[in-house]
Amino acid sequence: MTLISRAWLLAETPQSRRQAALGQAYLGWLAFQRNPIGMAGLAIILALIVVSALSPILMPFDPIAADTANRLRPPSGTHWFGTDELGRDILSRLIAGAPITLMIVVLVAVLVAPVGLAIGCIAGYYGGWIDRVLMRITDVFMAFPRLILALALVAVLKPGLENAILAIAVTGWPPYARMARAETLTIRQSDYIAAMRQLGASDARIILFHVVPMCLSSLIVRVTLDMAGVILTAAGLGFLGLGAQPPLPEWGAMISTGRRFLLDQWWVGTFPGLAICIVSLGFNLLGDGLREVLDPKQR
Amino acid sequence: MASASLGQRVVQPVVRLIVSLALTFFGLLLVTFIIGRVMPIDPALAALGDRAPADVVDRFREEMGLNLPLWQQFIVYVTKVFEGDFGRSVLSSRPVLEDIARVFPATLELATVATLLGVALGVPMGVLAAVHQGRWPDHVIRVVGLFGYSVPVFWLGLVGLLVFYAKLDWVPGPGRINIAYQDFVDPITGVMVIDAMLQGEWEAAGSAARHLILPSSILAYFSLAYISRMTRSFMIEQLKQEYITTARVKGASEARVVWRHALGNVAVPLTTVVTLSYANLLEGSVLTETVFAWPGLGRYITDSLLNADMNAVLGGTIVVGLVFVSLNLLADVLYRTLDPRAR
Repeated sequence: MTLISRAWLLAETPQSRRQAALGQAYLGWLAFQRNPIGMAGLAIILALIVVSALSPILMPFDPIAADTANRLRPPSGTHWFGTDELGRDILSRLIAGAPITLMIVVLVAVLVAPVGLAIGCIAGYYGGWIDRVLMRITDVFMAFPRLILALALVAVLKPGLENAILAIAVTGWPPYARMARAETLTIRQSDYIAAMRQLGASDARIILFHVVPMCLSSLIVRVTLDMAGVILTAAGLGFLGLGAQPPLPEWGAMISTGRRFLLDQWWVGTFPGLAICIVSLGFNLLGDGLREVLDPKQR
Repeated sequence: MASASLGQRVVQPVVRLIVSLALTFFGLLLVTFIIGRVMPIDPALAALGDRAPADVVDRFREEMGLNLPLWQQFIVYVTKVFEGDFGRSVLSSRPVLEDIARVFPATLELATVATLLGVALGVPMGVLAAVHQGRWPDHVIRVVGLFGYSVPVFWLGLVGLLVFYAKLDWVPGPGRINIAYQDFVDPITGVMVIDAMLQGEWEAAGSAARHLILPSSILAYFSLAYISRMTRSFMIEQLKQEYITTARVKGASEARVVWRHALGNVAVPLTTVVTLSYANLLEGSVLTETVFAWPGLGRYITDSLLNADMNAVLGGTIVVGLVFVSLNLLADVLYRTLDPRAR
């Protein structure tokens, strides 16, 4: 077992594949570290993950149980962000909402990225009628503004968090397919793919082990930037009452409640909006930073 | 010779685009049809209520063609859409198309003003950021833009109402016009400011214009974020070109180099960006209209949605999809016709 040291990672002549791969990753990290925007984004996302993981410990009050004696209290020493119309502590509800946001983001990414990648790589690799049919379907889904298609889908499926996630995923894959197809088209022509074919590798093997890995870095950037949009769409659905249902402390739904008290109890709707803003900004900053590191064209 | 190349350059791709537009629209109808069919609510029961006698329900199903095989239902559906028949809205009991024609100008008004504002501010910001690339104006503009990508539009609308309406009282509250003037203005074009001016109701026109300020500024912020970002990256690319150096060597002032030479060359891709941002505002308008009680297409769709008025929802979705596809087509055609390099 080689000791992982800086010198080992930065060796000019790596002795193993693992050393080469880790060395590349380390170089990427060094480049990323110098990017203040990307680091700020990373800090926000890490904070979201930590808060989500520790949310039961961090919450000062019960986020669900009503306490009508303390309804609509302004921000104070005990209730930093005030209380809502049922006397629930808003800070606690925001903390309880963090895992919900994280879950939405992760589930959408897990559902959308592989599907888009598969469709795009297959369309780009085979070309011909397969490409035309798959891209036609992609165009149809791109033809709807995302939120509106998601609205119609949720309305049919019945409002709720699971269906909102599903609707966002159904509307979310086309850009990934387009991107993966464009990458595949350029990769398909390369000599190493031709060499693999000469060696008798199956199409499935070539796509899975030699095309898909080449698309991954653009995919990661795309997913990260896209998550900001996913958070906003989910919050929009929650705001319209089509996403997470009460008493779940989803941030968009909390703004919807706060709307009724907007003019006199501003804190009810303002803080959840800030939370959405910060997290979504975090993904945008991280994606921007990653793009500069991972995409040589942007340098 | 010149006309032949124009034919090859513009006409052929446009024909291909129109064919692809038609196919996409067909797919759009298929998707809305499937959404309408997956619906767990039985359309017959929704229209008649669940206490209707069985024979009445059967007759209704027969009349509506609900007993036909699905593919025949789809053909009927497509035929009806092409005749402009989206069915009747359960909520307003008027034909859906009539409803949409009534509310659409309000959305158009909002999106147009927002796009104009977005261009007026976004382009200079993008140019400024590109000229000062890597220095503080660039960073400030980048953060302003990234914030625009990150903030929920409905929340920004609410905060805007809280600050500029409730606290500062600079702008009027939600709605399109002061209630006092509501009945003064007959719809002619559907755009309230213009209608009021046409009828010589200047005070009403002023009220309508003031109601436009806040919602259109909120929407404009989103198009500004997009336009300034794209302008910046186009300009950075241009400013690296050799003709820029040539212009500087020839003694052209820096302002002339930037605003005439460089910006002149990004005008074409920018037209595309502006068209696309106009299309994206359709989406933003759904939530903005809800917050500002703005009687446009977005609010029509969400209102219908909350009342399970599926004909109206699907009709609205089709219209939005159609406008969206057409604007994308327009962006493409503009690019091809305006830019001699796009061959």
